Amino acid sequence: MDPDLVLLLNGIVSGLLLGGLYAAAASGLAVAFGMLDIVNIAHPALMVTGAFTVVVLGTWLGLDPLLVAVLQAPLFYLLGTGIYSAYHHFFEKRGEEALQGLAFFFGVMFIIEVGLVMVFGPEQHFLDPSYAYTTWRLGEIDLPLRMLVPALFAMACIGALFLFLHRSFVGLAIAAVAQDADALRLMAIDPVRIKRFAFGISIALASMAGGALVVVQPVEPSSGQVFIGRIFAICIMGGMASLPGCVMAALLFGVVENVTATFYGPSWSPAVAFGWLLLVLAFRPQGLFGKAA
Amino acid sequence: MTPNLRFWLGAALLALVLFLSLRLLGNDYAYFAGYFVLQYVVLASAWNILGGYAGYVNFGAAGFMAAGAYAAIVLRQALGLELLPGILFAALVAGLLGLGTGYLTLRLRGVYFSIATLCLAVVLQTLVVNWDYVGGSRGAYIVHPRDIPPFTSYAEYLFVVMLVLAILAAGIGRAVERSSLGRGLQAIRDNERAAEAVGVPTLRLKLVATTLCGALMGVAGAPLPYYSGYLNPEAAFSLAYAVNAIAMPLIGGAGTWAGPVIGAVLLASLQQAATVTISSALNLWIVGWMLVIFVALAPKGILGWFRRRP
Amino acid sequence: MQNITRRDFGRLAMAAAVGGAGVSAGVFPAMAQGANPIRIGFSMSLSGGLAGNGRAALAAQQIWAADVNAKGGLLGRPVQLVFYDDQTNGGQVPGIYTKLLDVDKVDIVTSPYATAMIAPAMPVVMQRQMCFVTILGAGVNTTFKYNRHFNMNVVGDNMKETFAKGFLDIADTLATKPRSIAILAVDNDFAQRAAESARFLARQRNIRVVYDRSYPPSTVDFTPTLRAVQAARPDLIYIASYPPDSNGILRAASELRISAQMFGGGMVGPQLAAFQAQLGPILNNLVNWDIFSIEPTMNYPGVSDFLTKYRAVAAREQTDVLGNYIPPYAYAQMQVVEQAVTRVGKIDQGLMAADMHSQVFDTIIGPVTFAASGEWAHERNLYCQFQGITDGNLERYKSPGAKVILYPPSLKSGTLRTPYGTPA
Repeated sequence: MDPDLVLLLNGIVSGLLLGGLYAAAASGLAVAFGMLDIVNIAHPALMVTGAFTVVVLGTWLGLDPLLVAVLQAPLFYLLGTGIYSAYHHFFEKRGEEALQGLAFFFGVMFIIEVGLVMVFGPEQHFLDPSYAYTTWRLGEIDLPLRMLVPALFAMACIGALFLFLHRSFVGLAIAAVAQDADALRLMAIDPVRIKRFAFGISIALASMAGGALVVVQPVEPSSGQVFIGRIFAICIMGGMASLPGCVMAALLFGVVENVTATFYGPSWSPAVAFGWLLLVLAFRPQGLFGKAA
Repeated sequence: MTPNLRFWLGAALLALVLFLSLRLLGNDYAYFAGYFVLQYVVLASAWNILGGYAGYVNFGAAGFMAAGAYAAIVLRQALGLELLPGILFAALVAGLLGLGTGYLTLRLRGVYFSIATLCLAVVLQTLVVNWDYVGGSRGAYIVHPRDIPPFTSYAEYLFVVMLVLAILAAGIGRAVERSSLGRGLQAIRDNERAAEAVGVPTLRLKLVATTLCGALMGVAGAPLPYYSGYLNPEAAFSLAYAVNAIAMPLIGGAGTWAGPVIGAVLLASLQQAATVTISSALNLWIVGWMLVIFVALAPKGILGWFRRRP
Repeated sequence: MQNITRRDFGRLAMAAAVGGAGVSAGVFPAMAQGANPIRIGFSMSLSGGLAGNGRAALAAQQIWAADVNAKGGLLGRPVQLVFYDDQTNGGQVPGIYTKLLDVDKVDIVTSPYATAMIAPAMPVVMQRQMCFVTILGAGVNTTFKYNRHFNMNVVGDNMKETFAKGFLDIADTLATKPRSIAILAVDNDFAQRAAESARFLARQRNIRVVYDRSYPPSTVDFTPTLRAVQAARPDLIYIASYPPDSNGILRAASELRISAQMFGGGMVGPQLAAFQAQLGPILNNLVNWDIFSIEPTMNYPGVSDFLTKYRAVAAREQTDVLGNYIPPYAYAQMQVVEQAVTRVGKIDQGLMAADMHSQVFDTIIGPVTFAASGEWAHERNLYCQFQGITDGNLERYKSPGAKVILYPPSLKSGTLRTPYGTPA
């Protein structure tokens, strides 16, 4: 095969796998930010918290990181409902969520990050699953399991969430909350309860993403920072409230980054990715995959 | 005496008292600590113009500040000009950057605007890192003269410059608040569509605000390379500036000219004190908790807290 | 939520209290009471990006202070370390040094870790004419030209012509002479200087540079970059990276089955225990820049004792558990101060600087002399190769053989094994 073509194909495939990790990180945010309108800028920090607990619990129990991520998800769900209760009490009820709510999550992010440094120190922590150093090869295409497994795991989680949102009553209620909270109230459903539940799910997804992150790379307290810009960009490009849009945007983002890195050098890949987002915001603020308002 | 005259006279008097008492103290550390606090007064006041009055949250404060710092470096490299022209040039560059950002992003409402400013900071940082003329990722060195008469030391000079800038920033904030610009921005914050409907020229007002906000942030950053003698992109685009630029006005009381001043003096002094006393990660932790507790319990900041009680 | 927060708060506050106790113990060592101590002040990154190496350096310096005090102190006075956390924020550094000098009135100042934190301290230190021994700076004094600045770093003062020399000298001994090289460097000061050296020396030796790019520190996935490197089919691969990127690069290289006559360069990361534990056999045959390896040729008097002491406290201080990278140099940095003060017989910044310019210092990392620029008079860039690594067990790094020295010839302790990776 033509060497440039091989490079391109591999760039696209590795971009899709990277996009899988981004999708894992962004899907929780798509629920909180896209559907509930809660600008949880602390989401990547919570993901890294999940990654640290995965390392600690996984090392202690001798289990696979992704399994631990699933097992600890209920705890993160509870943490999420707790955070939402505080957020609702102090900000949403007062109608001050825009500015103060944003600042609140900014503060939470800071507290989490510094808290992780104080508990675990600034060093890297890791937990390798058994398949960490295996690579599958399809002809000229490489599929390292380190990237493939987290990507598939992310797709499974997001798929399950998608089915849940579209098939179950509570899921439909969450979608309704995103549209019109008052209508729900008329149906005798408490929108606050629904939102609390949904935010809990969003944080449980942060735990899953943390597990995926541990498989991909060692973690340190500041690991979340590189994801902040990326996952918000993905949510916006994906058209906010749409999970399929979010996944598409994540994959596209990964592919753009990796193809740029392959052919033009990695120096420019963040500028290309974020410059692209700026253009999307400027000319198509409803997102690439969103419907026009 | 008009209130305006009273404000400027009062500010000048305060500055003079501050300057003389620090000189009596005769200690360079006081100047450095003072500079640290005052740069945040400028930065917080700048953020407040857009964030406090109009409700547009700028996450990219560090980007604008770095633009100012690097503008000063470029001017020095290209023409050999020192700090004061550097500040003017920084205001120009960062102001234009603000205007450009405004054009690109101000059709975005609320949080979209915030995310766009965050992206802008990333793009700017990438550009600076790849721009060898200003040192690129290696950073730029600025060797300043050891003495600069009539000041006793360069630290004192920097402090006085920043003091003047801080007073100007607070004064500009106050002027905006009392002008039709400020009232227009407040109308935008309360309800942008309604403001538009009654004929407030929202886009133009916002553009003026982003330009002013950008220019002031640039001004806050221009002395930074002179202060530290060395500047690399990581230091210039430090997350600490972005966090503090938001935290300080909110803690002091956003949407008033005095709020950012109070917040900056309080929070920056606390950080400076914590750096040389507690001196561990705990220091930053306190800032995070202060921010969370203040926005939760005192949503109008310290000022709002006082105003509620007659 | 309220409950969880409060519980977390309690746990974290406890952790913080433990950390705080460490700080105060450093400021007031047990025996310092009563006597008139010599106070040594510095700023150090104990949180933020450089905290890993910052904490390791601090632990070593505290061991030095304890050692000196156990011997009866310096000039008969106990030594006291006064230090503040700069949070890896250069903006904090000038303030900290003015505080140390003008308010705390310390007798001696030393530096924080690495260029980005050292440079902002320079104007303050120069204004007060202090003698300044720094650690692992790179070319800080080329701009400042301050004659009381001394830097503990193996790179010397001509990094461009010497840094990558070892790597290319080793490459010259290959059975087939290398004809091409790929260079990849992270966007930071040290790595860019390293890459510049590799580029310069490769051209000088007529080795074609077939790939030469930089990457930003926020890169998550290195697969595409390394595939582009692989596609250029270089004989040599020279990478200048920082943790945690070094980890991503090496794992991507192993997944892509990248093979080259020599692979390595100026990677920072493989020197650290966390890397060695995770990457294990992936490190085999990596030829990488280094500053210390516990080989017979580098077993200078005192270094084993020091490492034993360091490893005993490393876990508690949450630093690198082996201490084979920064800590011996941080200890030696303080030894330079110690020996200069002892020879001069009093605290006199000018005389101390004169002593440092003229004398040889006997340290746990070997004899050190300084050039007029304040850098080491003789560069000592090591190139080491990991050999015979089967797993992540760290015990092997406590004795010779796991990381042999290939360069310089005077310290050589093993022979080159090629290639890196399994050839396709």
